[in-house]
Formats: sequence, C-alpha cells, structure tokens
Amino acid sequence: MPAGVDTGDTAWMLAATALVLLMTPALGLFYAGLVREKNTLNTFMMCVAALAVATVMWALIGYSIAFDGDGSIIGGLNHAFLNDVTFEPRDGTTIPHLLFMAFQATFCIITTALVSGAVVERMRFGPFLVFAALWSVLVYAVLAHWAFGGGWLQEQGTLDFAGGVPVEMGSGFSALAAALVVRARKDYGRQALLPHNAVYCLLGAGLLWFGWFGFNGGSGFSAGNASVLAFTNTLLTPACTLVVWFALDLIRGRQVTAIGAATAIIVGCVAITPAGGFIGPGWAMVLGALAALPSYAVIVWRPRTRVDETLDVLAAHGVAGFVGILFIGLAANAGWNGVADGLFYGDAAQLGEQAIAAVAAPVYAFAMTFAILRGIALFTPLRGSEHDEAVGMDVVHHGEEAYASGEGAILITPEADAEREDLVADPA
Amino acid sequence: MKLVIGIVRPEKANDVLEALYRAEVRGVSMSRVQGHGGELDRVETYRGTTVKMGLADKVRFEVAVSDDFVQPTIDALCEGARTGEVGDGKIFVVALEQAVRIRTGETDHGAVTPVGK
Repeated sequence: MPAGVDTGDTAWMLAATALVLLMTPALGLFYAGLVREKNTLNTFMMCVAALAVATVMWALIGYSIAFDGDGSIIGGLNHAFLNDVTFEPRDGTTIPHLLFMAFQATFCIITTALVSGAVVERMRFGPFLVFAALWSVLVYAVLAHWAFGGGWLQEQGTLDFAGGVPVEMGSGFSALAAALVVRARKDYGRQALLPHNAVYCLLGAGLLWFGWFGFNGGSGFSAGNASVLAFTNTLLTPACTLVVWFALDLIRGRQVTAIGAATAIIVGCVAITPAGGFIGPGWAMVLGALAALPSYAVIVWRPRTRVDETLDVLAAHGVAGFVGILFIGLAANAGWNGVADGLFYGDAAQLGEQAIAAVAAPVYAFAMTFAILRGIALFTPLRGSEHDEAVGMDVVHHGEEAYASGEGAILITPEADAEREDLVADPA
Repeated sequence: MKLVIGIVRPEKANDVLEALYRAEVRGVSMSRVQGHGGELDRVETYRGTTVKMGLADKVRFEVAVSDDFVQPTIDALCEGARTGEVGDGKIFVVALEQAVRIRTGETDHGAVTPVGK
C-alpha cells in the first residue's frame, strides 16, 4: 500500500462501490415494473445501457472533466483515459485514486440510467445510447465537478454530501427536459397506462435502498464518522418518508398503495443523499417526513398535465433532491459534521449557499439536456413510429419478449434455411 | 340474432372497445388468443436459439347482437381494429340459436344488444 492509504477505509470503499453498482440493475427492475408488459425489457435495457456507455465515457473523459483540477466550470483533461489514476491516494482521501475513480463511476452510471425514466416506452434504443454517452459527460460530469470536484458551487460553500446536485437534481430536471423534447407516448392521456408488475417495483426499491447504504455511506470516502452518520441517516430518513407517504395515501384514497411505498423509499433515500453526512439523526427523520410532501404533490399533479414524464423522475429525484439540498442550509450541525452549521445552528449564510446550488443545477441540467436531445434529433428520429409503439419496444428494438412462452415458436436450426418461405402464408 | 366474433390486434383492443361503445353495442366478452393469419413471422433470438414466432398475440371479441345490430357491430370492429397492415384480424358472423340472460331468464332478443329496447 502506498503511504497515505488506509486499509480500513479502502476495504469499506471497495464494498461501497459494489453496493452502488447494484443500484443500476435495481433501478432497472423498479422501472420495468412501472411500464407495460410489452416494454419491460427495453426499459430495463436502458439501465443496462448506462452500465455500458456511461462507464466507458467515464473512463475515457468523464472522470477527468469531473475530477481533474479545480477549474470553476469544468475540470481538465489530465485524467483523460485514466491517465495518472493509480494506487496513490487521491488528494484529500485515504483511498487509492483508482478506487475513488471507480466509486465515482458508479454514480455516473446510476444517474444516467435515472434519466431514462422520462423517455421509456417510446424512445428508440439507438438514439438513447448516443444520448446516454453525451449526457454522462456534458451534464453529469460537469455537475459533479461543480459539486464535488472543486468547481464553483463547492468553492462558494455549497454542501452536497453524496450528490443532491449532480445525481438527484441533475437527473430530475434533465428528465423533465427529455420528456418535453421526446414528447408524450401516443396513448398518454387516452388510455390507462398501468404498471405491469408492482412486485418488481417493491423489490427494485428495496435493492436500491440497500445499495444506497454504499452510495451515502461511501461518500465520506472513509469508514469514519461522516460515513457512519450518512449510513445511519440512510436508514432513518426513508423510514420516515414511508410513514408519511402511508398517511398521505390513506388520506387521499383510504388505502396504502404498494407502488406508493416503493416510490416513498426512493424519495426518502434521495432526500438524505445531499444531507446524509451533515445533519444529525433527529433532523434526518424530520427531513424524511418533510420530503414526502412536495414529491407526493408533484406525483399526483403531474399525470393531469400533458407532460409525459413517464416514471416521475422529476418528482422522486428532482424535487426530493431540491428539498434535501435546501434542508442542509437549515439543519447542518458542525457538532455532527465538523464542517459547517446551518440556519438553526446560527449560520444563515449556509442556506444562501445551498439555494444557489438549488437554482443553478436544475437550470443547467434542463438546458443542456434539452440541447443534447435536440441535437441528436437533427441526425436521427428520437422515437419510432406509432406502429412500433403499439407493438412494444421489446420486440421492435430487441427482438425478445420479457415473458416469451414459446408457444407457436418455430425453431430455426443452423442447418435450416432461415428464409424458408413455406412457413409463411402469402401476406398478399 | 348473430354472434359476431372479431379477432384483432391486442394494441387495438382499446380502440375497438371505444368504437363498440360509441355504436351503442353493449354486452361484449374478450379473451386473449394466439393466432396466425398470414402476417410475416417475427424472428426472435435468445442467446444461441433463434425462433420464428409463428403465432401472434390477438384479442378475440365475442358480441351477441340482434339482427339490426350486426352491421353496426361489424363497422365498429373494423373502425377500431384497422391499421391497414397485414395482421389486422378477421370478423366471423355466426347464427345464434338461443340466448338467455341469467339474471332475469329473458331469452333471445331480450337477452342481447340492444339492451332494454
């Protein structure tokens, strides 16, 4: 081990990195449950696509843009192609630079996957791959630089423990832009478009929560106090959000819904993401309860609009991330975090520093995502025909079905001619 | 009195229901079936296994109607289900010997669309 590397910290960060990586397939499961049967695989595959292209882009250039140097808007190119990312500890941490890069990569992946929730059931898979590659650099890496990599938000004092700026507000407000550019599904507002498997949603949300212990618990880059605090808050906050969500469901419909519960888990985890290592456990519980209200309101209101932001990424991530970022300005406590106080502990200026981030991140994410998608649309259509949408993205883009039965399927052996016309009646 | 059977694309099922409703046809049953009617086979690949899906998912509507309602029902099925592509489906009209409404014991015309006329 090179000097300055702590084995305990490194051990935890290795595990945390794996935990965060699991969140992307967990999100795929959550999203797949929320769409119609015929789009199950495509929805899941958009998350798998993020595992592919966001990781590659991160290694090629994204990491460098986010974490090289301390330019105020973007980082440098000294770490492009992982140049000079080695076993030596990353400045300011006690873990190898290589591991720091891998941990941050998993954040870029999950965030890219999150945005897909706005365009599922209609966007073509090819253009989505291009979008994911560009977005992971032009939006995620830039916002990560602002908040974590020494960019202007971090410099002016914004506190963001695990990614309220790049991950939550970045994905949420990008999702809104994406939904506006790609536009609504053809059946939106005409037919009931229902989740096809609520069990997937609950299992996906459970696995996301599990992974979030690595996400927040690892964002202290150590096994120290900040990590323990964030880890514990990741247990407390979503539990409070769940309780309040149950109550809101009971008031609104006299029944506690399963998909509502899955959503509440995510809203709670999102809210504590920026604040995890900065606020005490009591305030974390208050945050959980508070965060339920605006997200719940947006989820109830959004489907009555013409904006088909299909899986409510804005409500669950954008809005809850916004609440979490601002809440730091109120409840941050140097007694717990050793860094800064919020308004309740005597430093009102912190709230202002948080508010700047809560405005800047959404504006940048929205505008850049809008521009990226409009740019891609100049070269290729973003969505398929109405016929494709009717048949479903699984068969059209992947040539597979999530629930293939095999009935009526004729095996094509390598010897048999795949083009045997006698199997097909003359369509004329 | 006829039984009108319409076999249509699943994605057009909602449009058909809407069209039937507008034509004031009440009393319909619907089931998921698989069929093959001349459309080109779809090829799917699962790892090394490539298959032609010879049967496509379809939805089968069954509507028992009085003679006056046969044509409106057929029109509604066509209007709701047509895309112009191969695979839009078929309509079969068969003679119906008897119909009984279980709740009231009404028979024949009293038991099928139009309701209450």
